[in-house]
Amino acid sequence: MTVLETKDLGINFGGLQALDDVYLKIEEKEIIGLIGPNGAGKTTVFNLLTGVYTPSKGAIRFEGKSIIGKKPYQINRLGIARTFQNIRLFKNMTVLDNIKAAMSQNMKYSALTAILRLPAYWREERDATGSAMRLLEIFDMGETAEQLAANLPYGQQRKLEILRALASGPKLLLLDEPAAGMNPTETRELMETIHRIRELFGVSILLIEHDMSLVMGVCERIYVLDYGTLIASGAPEEIRGNEQVIRAYLGG
Amino acid sequence: MDRRKRKRLLLYILNLCLTALLFTVLTLLIDSGTLDRMQSNLLSLVCINVILAVSLNLVTGVLGQLVLGHAGFMLVGAYAAALFTKNSGLPLGVSFPIGLVLAGVVAALFSVVIGIPALRLKGDYLAIITLGFGEIIRVVANNLDVVGGAMGLSGIKAMATRDNPAGLFVYAFAIVALVVFIMFTFGRSRHGRAVIAIREDEIAAEASGINTTYYKLLAFVIAAFIAGVAGGLYAHHVGVVDPSKFDFNKSVEILIMVVLGGMGSITGSIISATVLTLLPELLRGWLGDFADYRMLVYSIILIIVMLFRPTGLLGRYEVTVAGAASRVKGWLSRGRSSRKEV
Repeated sequence: MTVLETKDLGINFGGLQALDDVYLKIEEKEIIGLIGPNGAGKTTVFNLLTGVYTPSKGAIRFEGKSIIGKKPYQINRLGIARTFQNIRLFKNMTVLDNIKAAMSQNMKYSALTAILRLPAYWREERDATGSAMRLLEIFDMGETAEQLAANLPYGQQRKLEILRALASGPKLLLLDEPAAGMNPTETRELMETIHRIRELFGVSILLIEHDMSLVMGVCERIYVLDYGTLIASGAPEEIRGNEQVIRAYLGG
Repeated sequence: MDRRKRKRLLLYILNLCLTALLFTVLTLLIDSGTLDRMQSNLLSLVCINVILAVSLNLVTGVLGQLVLGHAGFMLVGAYAAALFTKNSGLPLGVSFPIGLVLAGVVAALFSVVIGIPALRLKGDYLAIITLGFGEIIRVVANNLDVVGGAMGLSGIKAMATRDNPAGLFVYAFAIVALVVFIMFTFGRSRHGRAVIAIREDEIAAEASGINTTYYKLLAFVIAAFIAGVAGGLYAHHVGVVDPSKFDFNKSVEILIMVVLGGMGSITGSIISATVLTLLPELLRGWLGDFADYRMLVYSIILIIVMLFRPTGLLGRYEVTVAGAASRVKGWLSRGRSSRKEV
């Protein structure tokens, strides 16, 4: 089943055509890479998919329905969650609260119930804490639950951001340079994490990455962007040998 | 789980008992005449300022949006409550509580009108719009003859009378307790988490499924409602409301209370509102008319705090009974364990 499909997607900022003719197709449980030189428009694709920008042309269909014009929080509720290139955690909240904040949409109690501390409040809070803790424990972060997010080491901050995105229960996970700033060991761990996320949660993953070991290691298919247009797509081996891609990266 | 539940219940009861104790002692002191009229008026004023500071803390401290016209909501509430108790014909015991609710509702309506355009945007637009609102509403009241114009609205029935000197204080204290309780429970709910998440990172909050406009508006409206109620209390505290009392300086005064106490800390706001209300009165005897130089001293204090403790006195920490209890327990057990080591 196709999870996400874009057709002829494009956006221009004033006179600048940032993206043009982008066709993406992501199937269920696929791990897809989106690569390209700096300024190729990769993050812009994410911003279009998550409703931060509205495309100037083209279509975005998520599970068969158009999501153009929807607000970022609505798109998240439909099932697309993302992380950011520069980590955006709720720094002065605990790790647990970071996760629970993203679970808010699945909780039902009203503000009045919360203020009066009715049984529904306690029940839902307990359930949310339970599933947040389970999520943290699966990825070996259970012990950090009460720490402030700002105090985590860099690698764990990246991981927490991915977990927070998972907490909202997405069907498609967008990771913006998850390996940025990581050393080779951390990158290998991240590859395992990405595989486990797919196995355990059955999500499709679209990731932007510059670290080729990660891209070639986890992605089943790769799209290559250059100057806002797709120049290649296919399996990692095909991309590796693609003349146009090599030229885009190395110049010439 | 059961033990935790019992502990939680115990803490609720303890908090309730301490609040009730404080309430009873202060009311008895006022009723018995131990505190003279000026002192008991001051206590009511402390309560009103605590309500204002705690409500502003929700928007400026917890949500992270600057509001420069909190006195405007207070003004709206003050006039609404005063007009209602003056004209409703009901006995004061009935019309006053209704007037307070009305004050809150009217202030909340104003906040919806100015909040919707301002809070849909990211950034500090709320500061500018509330600044404008605070000034406009004051100028309007100044020129509206129906509400007394610049002379103000006088002849408001006083709640504290010779027979019942604690008449206003009882209400003011009860509302402080209620507001503080609401702030604590709201802050630890999914709604409170959403509001804090917006302060921490609005873009990430929205990407995590939080309807940022809704929660920003919710926090802002709650704060305005409470400020309106505080205005209603204030009107029946002073007996006459004139627009000049709700000027920009008043808004800044409330803001200073929040910043000084620690942005986002409820107990910090309570403490600094209490101190900053009592201080000018206590210093009055020594420094001539200290109240005249109040703003000067405030700004010096604010500069010093910003230099040495930029997060405010308490930062984001709360002073709680549970925290105090665990600290005492910590000392005790540390004493015991050090003995064991020996």
